[in-house]
Amino acid sequence: MHYIVGALRRAVDLILSLDPAVMEIAWLSIKLSAISIIIAAAIGIPIGFILGVYDFPGRSFLTSIVNTLLSLPTVVVGLAVYSFISRRGPLGRFGLLFTPWAIIIGQTILATPIVTALTMNATRSLDRDLQLTALSLGASRVQMAWLLLLQARFAVFGALVAGFGRVIAEVGAAMMLGGNIEGYTRTLTTAIALETSKGEFAFALALGIILLLISFVVNILVHYFQQVKHRGAYHGNNSPRRGFA
Amino acid sequence: MSGRLRKLVLVMMVVLMAASGALAAERLILATTTSTENSGLLAHLLPPFEEKYNVRVDVIAVGTGKALELGRNGDADVVLVHDRVSEDAFVEGGYGVNRRDVMYNDYIILGPDSDPAGVRNAKSAVEAFSLIAKAKTPFVSRGDDSGTHKKELAIWAEANIEPAAPWYMPVGQGMGPCINIAGEQNGYVLSDRGTYISYKTKTDLVIVFEGDPILFNPYGVIAVNPELHPHVNYEQAMNFIEFLTSDEGRALIESYKMEGDQLFYLYR
Repeated sequence: MHYIVGALRRAVDLILSLDPAVMEIAWLSIKLSAISIIIAAAIGIPIGFILGVYDFPGRSFLTSIVNTLLSLPTVVVGLAVYSFISRRGPLGRFGLLFTPWAIIIGQTILATPIVTALTMNATRSLDRDLQLTALSLGASRVQMAWLLLLQARFAVFGALVAGFGRVIAEVGAAMMLGGNIEGYTRTLTTAIALETSKGEFAFALALGIILLLISFVVNILVHYFQQVKHRGAYHGNNSPRRGFA
Repeated sequence: MSGRLRKLVLVMMVVLMAASGALAAERLILATTTSTENSGLLAHLLPPFEEKYNVRVDVIAVGTGKALELGRNGDADVVLVHDRVSEDAFVEGGYGVNRRDVMYNDYIILGPDSDPAGVRNAKSAVEAFSLIAKAKTPFVSRGDDSGTHKKELAIWAEANIEPAAPWYMPVGQGMGPCINIAGEQNGYVLSDRGTYISYKTKTDLVIVFEGDPILFNPYGVIAVNPELHPHVNYEQAMNFIEFLTSDEGRALIESYKMEGDQLFYLYR
């Protein structure tokens, strides 16, 4: 129990005092996760969209593959990437191991299946009538695809948030690929693992609370974007009526 | 979508660029053991070195076995480890050059104050291990191919005992977690003195045996062979080795204290 009380007090202290070391670690975590998610979005949204909307041979097989990749263990991803970017690996000459980029590679691989699968599910459940209507009104294939994506945007945002949650909370790949180097590749999760191994349980828990707070703020932000968008559309639809009144 | 989304994308792009900038300073990758990092010695030792040679030292703190593996693969520039047998094999295999003795401390056997196996009466570490095996009290092993783990295995071999479950528990974790597990299990554990001192206030375990020459724990520093791995920062690795063995480095090692205790000792 005293760990929990100590942790809460410590977390409040760390946040209020803006402890520079902790802020640096937290900022690095956010940065790496954000970059990973941007890359994962660039790969996962188009693939998920294609799998969700279009019918083609092998689609269900690919769907199973994507769903299987959802359960990739972080340590396995870490190990696989490690063996590629180690100096002895095929990509060794780029010197990527134990740099932030190594973490980004690992986390992108972890996040991409999540973004893909959730995008796939979101677009699969879309209203087919809309597609037919759009096509009958003379929409091009690209226009129709864009229309569908717009329709699924909340769910796609949700996919990005879920992916972000996965990568900012994972420790296996970050530890193995980044090496937990202070001031360079130490993220919140690897710092938590380190402090735990040093027996600094209250401090480790405090860092965990900060991690949760970050996720919370990210969720609030995304929610805000969705809300504003939603309300905007609503007012747009209603303005003519208000004009009549 | 338009406006807000574009703003969001813009923000993310800025983040991306911020991340890709900087990182120009020269780096030296030091693969070392958790004992040097967790004890705080490196935090005491590295800043003067970094300033003197204008280099950033990136510390990868793992077990001795893993640290040497990083060196073999060329993923580290210099290693600071503690297992003489594997260090010699590392140099003989052509993976490392210019090995130097740096410092030493010692291993100790930790156990509950009640000492159920009666280890306090042991005359040697081998006898202490035998007593633990006979009483079948829990013994936590690192089980991670670290220097401490290798030392522990050597003592079991010396005692002619093949430790086995359920009382023998290889947990595959670092020194700190092992002390913690042994504490929770009311068991024994072999620890380096440095980690124990830094953990003293967080565990109920006490030193039940110390002082046997077999528990001597020397640390060596080795540069990764630049002929095998041309990309390694050999120049700074040699600067580091020289620094550790210089009067300045030695004074820093000797003056490092935690909770009033000196953690590492020098060869005279």
